[in-house]
Amino acid sequence: MAAVKETIEDVKKLEADKYKYGFTTDVDTEVAPKGLNEGIVRYISAKKDEPEWMLEWRLDALKRFQEMAEPKWAKVDYPPIDFQDISYFAAPKAGAKYESIDDVPEEILKDFEKLGIPLKEQEVLLGVKGAAASAAEARETPKVAVDAVFDSVSVVTTFKEELAKAGVIFCSISEAMRDYPELVKQYLGSVVPTTDNYYATLNSAVFSDGSFVYVPPGVRCPMELSTYFRMNAEGTGQFERTLIIADKGAYVSYLEGCTAPMRDENQLHAAVVELIALDDAEIKYSTVQNWWPGDENGKGGVYNFVTKRGDCRGKNSKISWTQVETGSAITWKYPSCVLRGENSRGEFYSIAVTNGRQQADTGTKMIHLGKGSTSRIISKGISAGRSDQTYRGLVSVHAKAEGARNFTQCDSLLIGDQCGAHTVPYVECKTPKAVLEHEATTTKLSEDQLFYARQRGLDEEAATALLVNGFVREVLQELPMEFAVEAQQLLKVSLEGSVG
Amino acid sequence: MIKINNLHCKVEAQDGEEKPILKGLSLEVPAGEVHAIMGPNGSGKSTLSYVLTGRDGYEVTQGEMDFSGEDLAELEPEERAAKGLYLSFQYPVEIPGVPTLTFLKEALNAQRTARGEEEMSAPDFLKLAREKAKAIGVSMDMLKRPVNVGFSGGEKKRMEILQALILEPKFLILDETDSGLDIDALKTVAEGVNTLRADDRGMLVITHYQRLLDYIKPDVVHIMADGRIIKSGGPELAHELEAEGYDKYLTEVA
Ligand SMILES: Nc1ncnc2c1ncn2[C@@H]1O[C@H](COP(=O)(O)OP(=O)(O)OP(=O)(O)O)[C@@H](O)[C@H]1O
Ligand SMILES: [Mg+2]
Repeated sequence: MAAVKETIEDVKKLEADKYKYGFTTDVDTEVAPKGLNEGIVRYISAKKDEPEWMLEWRLDALKRFQEMAEPKWAKVDYPPIDFQDISYFAAPKAGAKYESIDDVPEEILKDFEKLGIPLKEQEVLLGVKGAAASAAEARETPKVAVDAVFDSVSVVTTFKEELAKAGVIFCSISEAMRDYPELVKQYLGSVVPTTDNYYATLNSAVFSDGSFVYVPPGVRCPMELSTYFRMNAEGTGQFERTLIIADKGAYVSYLEGCTAPMRDENQLHAAVVELIALDDAEIKYSTVQNWWPGDENGKGGVYNFVTKRGDCRGKNSKISWTQVETGSAITWKYPSCVLRGENSRGEFYSIAVTNGRQQADTGTKMIHLGKGSTSRIISKGISAGRSDQTYRGLVSVHAKAEGARNFTQCDSLLIGDQCGAHTVPYVECKTPKAVLEHEATTTKLSEDQLFYARQRGLDEEAATALLVNGFVREVLQELPMEFAVEAQQLLKVSLEGSVG
Repeated sequence: MIKINNLHCKVEAQDGEEKPILKGLSLEVPAGEVHAIMGPNGSGKSTLSYVLTGRDGYEVTQGEMDFSGEDLAELEPEERAAKGLYLSFQYPVEIPGVPTLTFLKEALNAQRTARGEEEMSAPDFLKLAREKAKAIGVSMDMLKRPVNVGFSGGEKKRMEILQALILEPKFLILDETDSGLDIDALKTVAEGVNTLRADDRGMLVITHYQRLLDYIKPDVVHIMADGRIIKSGGPELAHELEAEGYDKYLTEVA
């Protein structure tokens, strides 16, 4: 495929710094003073012109957070985080939100353009040029509406009018609080309660922005929705909050991409994503996470502590998570589904790549509450370099969930002999009338396969990329076309230097 | 075309022990000729094919291998492939998740790029693949499946030759390509190989049986034992072997 070829060239170009998103944008930024306290929470809330109930909600979370201790069960190792040494809010000075794309500072537009996300509406297309060309081979390039989040704020949302025509609400969560307070009040925190876990609680206190989506009953969202998160300012954390509601019979596909500049110090990212699917609704949520992983000695990089959960609240509802995790120094992430509705379905498709000194502890939880609920977990972990990776999964079937089914397949691929892969599956089943299947494999990148491919003319790097692509194919197929091509390229770049 | 002189090679076994396998092997295959190698199990035939193609773990300790004026030992496996060296594996390898067509297109274009040629476009490649697949009785459906995954033994061998037809190498090593093929398949595959016979192309055919050589007529037959060529002769040598077995030759050396 041309994509692999192009990527090889990309990689060559990038030799100096493998991470191509490692630039910073020179834009006047307003950064809140460092430290976590009531004052900062009030400051953030005021900056965003929030209603009183929201401020109360935040302050309550802060109080809870101050009583909590950092969880230690994950298989990741990092020095203690000084929460007082982080700035909890950064925004481009000119204003937190631009009314139209013409008001967005040129530097920011250029920044997103460099990331392959041109925000000018007529040409919004996800991914790099190669992606567009290959996607076009298969079908017409679809439009993608983008909500671009720069540091702490959503700077612009594209295709708003077209979406409004279909009745779809797609805006930043701060806007939603002002314009659709009832919806926000009803659903915010209803899947991930404020006190759910340490990082989610922190997020609840200080979240800055994020995306809000509401798809009304019976509506199939006419385009892919996408948020692109970009960390820029130094010494700041990013705490976004995403809330997506698919009302009865609605459908939406949502894509999330993330990048950050290269910095010596670690940057903290603690997001919360809540999905709600009512009767017969479906939400497809895809992520390509490529935060700065740190250098090969483990200096710098993003700490990614994320809580993502979907609630299949209605009967026959469906939520599907697909993730490609290649970045971050530390990843702590378990996108989960609460399968409350009768015959509801949850899916988790994951590719996680760790290289260098990266550490990832990731997996999913499928909580079967509804009769006849089904779930499927396909996890593909690739560890290279001196990285360490853990799949941690929970399948829990409650007594009432008769006829529940789960299929779990969990494969790890090791490249080299200095990396680690661990699989920790938990299963709880309280009804005899459920069927749970689990398969797991751990393999080393096969010498036989590598030699076979090289004998046919592929160099070691191209051969590795091809084998890895083969290994993750099942999951790549779950991604929207444009994303799949981008993800493929990303895999290649992430594994550069892992062989030979 | 290929000149091997006094080649010694050892492999590192799993227990870290080093084991000499080729012990002074000399062999020359000029362009345009087909040579057969026959020899008892374990005599080092596959090892020779791996050493020539540059597999990791097969270390040359002495001797030379020259391919069209170049020292093979200096080249990476993929460089040898780009220069036209092709191995039809005794045990073709399965590559899950990678469609055969994708694999072959990548391989062909990697070779072309290495040679400074232009890449072949997707439509041209498909046309080429379709044409060659038809010639050797492989369906396009099969080419869409992952490389060798779930293929029968015979199908794998057929696929090895199809790959050669598409890649058009300069020198082919066929390691027991006949094993696993049914009678009709043997004929089709041999015909495929024969279409590759050319004045500027050489072949080394490793086999245990005369029947393959009935179709692919060798110019020279070598007998290999214990890491050396112990006798070379015309096609009649293969007939003698088939009738009398290796004993006679093995005792001759001893
Ligand atoms: N990697 C290895 N480690 C240990 N021993 C090896 C290795 N590779 C080859 N050998 C040994 O070297 C000898 C030659 O093996 P080779 O596969 O070359 O034989 P062959 O002539 O191709 O046999 P056959 O006709 O059965 O295919 C055998 O004794 C084999 O066990
Ligand atoms: Mg052999």
